[in-house]
Amino acid sequence: MAQKEEKRMRVYWNPYFGGFLLGILIIFTFYITGRGLGATGGLKSGVVAIVDKADTEHAHENAYYSKFLNDEESPLNNWLVFETLGIILGAFLSGGLNGRLGFKVQHSPKITVKRRLIFALIGGLLFGLGAQIARGCTSGAALSGIAVLSVGGFITMLAIFGSAFLFAYFFRKNWI
Amino acid sequence: MGPLIPNEIIPAEWNSIFALVIGIAFGYILESSGFSSSRKLAGVFYGYDFAVLKVFFTAALVSSIGILYMDYMGYLDLGALYVHPTYLKGALIGGGIMGLGFITGGFCPGTSICAAAIGKIDALVYVGGILIGIFLFSELFSRFEPLYDGGFMGYITIMDAFEISPYVFVFAFTLLAVLSFVIADIVRKRVKKVVY
Repeated sequence: MAQKEEKRMRVYWNPYFGGFLLGILIIFTFYITGRGLGATGGLKSGVVAIVDKADTEHAHENAYYSKFLNDEESPLNNWLVFETLGIILGAFLSGGLNGRLGFKVQHSPKITVKRRLIFALIGGLLFGLGAQIARGCTSGAALSGIAVLSVGGFITMLAIFGSAFLFAYFFRKNWI
Repeated sequence: MGPLIPNEIIPAEWNSIFALVIGIAFGYILESSGFSSSRKLAGVFYGYDFAVLKVFFTAALVSSIGILYMDYMGYLDLGALYVHPTYLKGALIGGGIMGLGFITGGFCPGTSICAAAIGKIDALVYVGGILIGIFLFSELFSRFEPLYDGGFMGYITIMDAFEISPYVFVFAFTLLAVLSFVIADIVRKRVKKVVY
């Protein structure tokens, strides 16, 4: 039984190796497209597309949605949307090949499932909101920004991690 | 000379295909590095797992060194690459809010998508949260607009802002990163082990 478990759950990559591959991927992405990676843009396009479908007039009148709408093509026809679809596939592939697929709520044994899900929802909400203000997230603003030595990229990275460290003490019960 | 698609060496129609393939690679690398686990990601903030630090800094260094090298060798035009714009207020406050979201939810958007893709329900909820957050921001945009547009300093790089050579800067950044890796391992050995 223990042997079967061992075979199913493979170990994660060495982080330096993963980081190295990620760095190479970023170089490749810039080399081909002239831009870096992103993770929030595709989700933003999704929201814009949904609102546009539900109430086109409202979407066009709103100063934010209208930035991403043009009458020629769907807001979903953009690079980041295709990339995001790729992320889902790639992660699924990696999880599948390594025996990590499965529906579950991952949480510290010290807290309930309900608590974990509530904090996950709030965390996502904050991150989504913050990413709009900063015009990017850890992938798009920080990582891709730093690759080309953008000042904004560095500031965003420092702000994200600095803030998380600052608040970590207050959330310790959820993690340790 | 890169970037290949903007310089029309590769036709623009290929852009979406590259996006998909690059995305697949991105998702694969993140998941294989363990970033589909919120408890692993949160580890850097409590000292029990520094994967986030190691992956992030290694990727940042490899990419910035690689791009600089390719520019130096004439394979890639650094000046033609998209530089994330610097909006001082937006970066600080948006980043601050994101940091709070990170420690609350244990994910960032990219990692949450990876975790959701392998079935983690808390990640799915997190992604739902992101969509709601984007929606809220958009609906209340008139209130956020000054923050969103505040402190615009241009599409500036470290070299523009500090009159420093990119090579010197990246060298210093490398030393700092290596130092942080050493400190990370020292801290991890002394922190109570967390099983997840």
